[in-house]
Amino acid sequence: MLEITLGHYLTLSAMIFTIGVFGIFANRKNVIILLMSIELILLSVNINLVAFSSHMGDLAGQVFAMFILTVAAAEAAVGLAILVVFFRNHGDIAVDGASMMKG
Amino acid sequence: MLPAAAFYILAASAVISAFMVVTARNPVRAVLFLIVTFFSAAGLFVLLGAEFLAMILVIVYVGAVAVLFLFVVMMLDIDFATLKAGSTGYLPLGGLIALVLAAQLALVGLAWVSADGAALQFQAPTPEDTHNIAALGALIYDRYVLFFQLAGLVLLVAMMGAIVLTLRHRDGVKRQDMHRQVNRTRAEAVDVIDVKRGEGIG
Repeated sequence: MLEITLGHYLTLSAMIFTIGVFGIFANRKNVIILLMSIELILLSVNINLVAFSSHMGDLAGQVFAMFILTVAAAEAAVGLAILVVFFRNHGDIAVDGASMMKG
Repeated sequence: MLPAAAFYILAASAVISAFMVVTARNPVRAVLFLIVTFFSAAGLFVLLGAEFLAMILVIVYVGAVAVLFLFVVMMLDIDFATLKAGSTGYLPLGGLIALVLAAQLALVGLAWVSADGAALQFQAPTPEDTHNIAALGALIYDRYVLFFQLAGLVLLVAMMGAIVLTLRHRDGVKRQDMHRQVNRTRAEAVDVIDVKRGEGIG
């Protein structure tokens, strides 16, 4: 209990991942919260990588955690830009109304 | 004792605030709870000995991404109550899928074993005598330099994409046109008038 092992971190990461997936369902219309849920999922992956890296003494995990951080930042920037354009065209951000391209 | 207590406190705050992110009514609060989650994760990274990533997490996520979210939430005039209204029907399904996912992850965690030769396959064993930042720097500027530069390229493309998406030219706004300005000739700008004596310009 007092000894913090790899399993503790993996459990925490699994919990945050699950919360992120739940958030995608719970906020199906609100794109901002959807993006935040994706950020949570990516954060849980990062915790996983860093925990493995630290407990096994292999630094490569931290390097790839950094790359995931980069991609997450890029994804947030582009996602929010799309959101702003969507809001400009529609007047709201309810994504279930985004069916313009349906044939 | 102290690391264990720190882990439990940080983990609890991370999980609780992550849950608040997905359940908060007000998106501004959701962003603020997201910041708390990232701070807790940064603390956990420090506990794990990944100081550089912890600082990067605070700078990149709290300083840039969360503020970007906050800007967008506050800039767009959105009625969040109506957005929230119809989505409760998906809660049972979402909860079910989350439960199944959690059970699967738990099963994997319980059944996980490390292979015998796994320790020999390490890509970059952590050096004992240097700091985390120095070791990481030696790694990303040496072995992973191509990936590092590609990451920079990803950021560049993302920045260009965001600018291209959100830039728009409004009518009626006067902007400086460098090309026209530089290419203006003397003939366009100056008009020489032959003024008659005693009459002036009529």
